Amino acid sequence: MRSCREISALVSQGLDKPLNWRERLEIRLHISMCSSCRNFQLQTQFMRKAARRFGTNLENRFGKKS
Amino acid sequence: MTKNPLSERILAEHRPVLFRYALLQMRDAELADDAVQETLLSAWQSSASFAGKAGLRTWLIGILKHKIADHWRRSTNDVPFSDINQFDAEDTDMDEDAFFMSNGHWNSGPSTWNDPEAAFKQQEFWAVYEVCQNNLPPKMAKVFMLRELVGLEADEICQEIGLSEANYWVVMHRARLRLRECLEIRWFHSQKQEK
Repeated sequence: MRSCREISALVSQGLDKPLNWRERLEIRLHISMCSSCRNFQLQTQFMRKAARRFGTNLENRFGKKS
Repeated sequence: MTKNPLSERILAEHRPVLFRYALLQMRDAELADDAVQETLLSAWQSSASFAGKAGLRTWLIGILKHKIADHWRRSTNDVPFSDINQFDAEDTDMDEDAFFMSNGHWNSGPSTWNDPEAAFKQQEFWAVYEVCQNNLPPKMAKVFMLRELVGLEADEICQEIGLSEANYWVVMHRARLRLRECLEIRWFHSQKQEK
């Protein structure tokens, strides 16, 4: 069994590259039992959205030209 | 005359990413836009030297970096906001250990955030977000912003910064752990207390 440390690392990787089926399964099994890692997964997805919006806000703040 | 392999349309597709990249470093839309214009122009003129060996975007960013560097050289008063290629000896090992116990369990695990996206509408949230993002160590912040704000792919960032793939995963994991914790403490927990 992978630890929370390893699962959260995999969750993070999953945002930047496709994971294989085994890794995806390990994450699913783990988060079905672990609310901390489930929260981590949801919150990393939230942070991605936030970062993108922040980028857009930044463009607007500086006066979007392109 | 042979046809230019890089059509205007193909170049234009990369404009938004180049612009955000330049903006992050120059913090000025006009300067950033100029740098991007010059980059696309140079790319167009020297398209013969693009052998397709690296990705087109990587090649364009390489040109853009030169344009930005040229700008800083010309303007002696300005100090670059950050030199994305500067690498500093940062704490790399201690960091992640703070979040987990030796058996790999969370030290204090992420708690539940209620309807986090409601925060997007609040000005104060963005101030907190910016503080948290700026609190990341410089190198980590660069990697994180290139990925999430500029929108480069992992392999492009590794090439750009000279980072091994393994290091990239470690850096991004830590960046997300830190940013998450900061948002939880400074925003989601303090929101709870107000209710």
